[in-house]
Amino acid sequence: MALGLSLTMLTLIVLIPLAALALRAAALGPTGLYELVFDPRVFAALKISFLTALAAAIANAIFGTLTAWVLVRYDFFGRRIFDALIDLPFAMPTAVAGIALTTVYSPKGLIGEWLTPLGIKVAYTPLGIIVALIAVGFPFVVRTVQPVLEEISRETEEVSATLGANRLQTIFFVVLPPLIPAILTGFALALARGVGEYGSVIFIAGNLPFKSEIAPLLIVIKLEEFNYAGATAIAAVMLAISFLMLFLINGIQSWSQKRFGHG
Amino acid sequence: MDIRIDKIRKEFGDFPALHDVSLNIRSGELIALLGPSGSGKTTLLRLVAGLEYPSQGRILFGEEDASWKSVQERNVGFVFQHYALFKHMTVFDNVAFGLRVRGSKDRPPKAEIRRRVEELIDMVQLSGMENRYPGQLSGGQRQRVALARAMAIEPRVLLLDEPFGALDAKVRKDLRKWLREFHDRTGHTTLFVTHDQEEALELADRVVVMSQGKIEQVGSADDIYDRPQSDFVFSFVGDSAKLPVTATNGEVLFKGAQTGLRTSAANGEKHIFFRPRDIVLQEDGPAFEGRILSMRRLAGARIAEIDAGLGEGAERVEIELPLGVPAEQGNVIRFLPHRYAIF
Repeated sequence: MALGLSLTMLTLIVLIPLAALALRAAALGPTGLYELVFDPRVFAALKISFLTALAAAIANAIFGTLTAWVLVRYDFFGRRIFDALIDLPFAMPTAVAGIALTTVYSPKGLIGEWLTPLGIKVAYTPLGIIVALIAVGFPFVVRTVQPVLEEISRETEEVSATLGANRLQTIFFVVLPPLIPAILTGFALALARGVGEYGSVIFIAGNLPFKSEIAPLLIVIKLEEFNYAGATAIAAVMLAISFLMLFLINGIQSWSQKRFGHG
Repeated sequence: MDIRIDKIRKEFGDFPALHDVSLNIRSGELIALLGPSGSGKTTLLRLVAGLEYPSQGRILFGEEDASWKSVQERNVGFVFQHYALFKHMTVFDNVAFGLRVRGSKDRPPKAEIRRRVEELIDMVQLSGMENRYPGQLSGGQRQRVALARAMAIEPRVLLLDEPFGALDAKVRKDLRKWLREFHDRTGHTTLFVTHDQEEALELADRVVVMSQGKIEQVGSADDIYDRPQSDFVFSFVGDSAKLPVTATNGEVLFKGAQTGLRTSAANGEKHIFFRPRDIVLQEDGPAFEGRILSMRRLAGARIAEIDAGLGEGAERVEIELPLGVPAEQGNVIRFLPHRYAIF
């Protein structure tokens, strides 16, 4: 019963629409699809989407791991509130995040006004897109690393010290390696989210074709122009990227399962 | 390596974990730190390791003051109750870790590391398992990996924190015997923490009994069991019976009546301690008198619960009745301990 229901659900809301999309894209034919995707503006948008998402995911892998470390290992005033706030980007409407970030980072904004004299422009540039993607992708790495870190006892670090390892050796040889699968999973999730992110980005990006226009926005633009074929082609490419990420995540998880006996 | 613990005091915030603890450990000794949880035994072990620092006092390794040396500098082997193995490393890499993290100056060449690690793995009887991960080993095997890893750095002292605590009874017994042989072969000064008195008495050259941050008694298994120096040691190690008595000019009085027992303790309200089996039944003359409330049969003995003193204000106490003596519930019996201590 439960299996039947979930399979039906999955078919209705995921499989059929995706199959329809793939079919439509296939109807364009290989050359048609190629021409649409490698249209300079489309290609640029895909590139911007992917590269900014990559940069944001890398930043999140580093700072997310650090944040997870702080949450697990330090006890400070307001830790629980801080812990709860991490999930805010998941809960908040993305448009709200976009507007808030734009306000703060625009040349006249709270932070932007300090950055402008330094020659750093955040809002309306690819840098702005990265900032927005860091914000919405932040919880992924924290939440995948945190539980694994909680399982690593302080005793392993202490034992490492008694064996003569200094702090850096302990961190790089003892603490980090078991975290790598979790960090990579979080990284891949943040990357996947970043590539498809729309709401938070369009406000801060400025959306200049070839400079700060993202692929999801281009789909909307094509649709508004009634260019269904063009929209479908971009959508198909993004779908392919998503599948690739999914395989990547699963690969990491099964590798880590074999290696460490946990996911 | 001789180790001298000199008037160590340790506080965690306002909580005093150790008060003025002093202990001399001779090179090559196998020492057990025995006590209930919260007695400070693990804190003492961690202080020797350098995982904690004393609030006051000194720890000497030989002639060298190690009190403020970092854990890395102290060169101690530490084994945790839950092994604390590096799960992402093979058995071989775990054991080799201590040698590989050394600076290039002190690091043995690769072939030498391989030779030593294989030798250690052989010594802990895990040959052929070099390439397994800790997740693929049993508890006893993991603990032996942890021991080999600690031995790899040629530690000046081996420190074991409840080394058998996480193992089941059978493995525990085997590993205990094995550790004793291992110690006799390698001759390392070894300190281990345990709350299991049987383990401490069986394994250690000397047992250090601790309670509430203080050392109660240090001695051989015989000293600790046969000549306990305090009421705590008497009641913590082995079975014991305890009755309130009064000491008056060398005489021991129970509820105001003579018992015929003598003591060198100062006058005052005291307790008499004795082992349940160290009693003699008395026909007449002064004795502890009580009614048998219940009896249980153990393998080689009968244990009777007695309300010593009878009636109002009687004290319950358990004694062991010789098997030949006819006795049943409700009978009144009279007895005196032939070995006892007054505290």
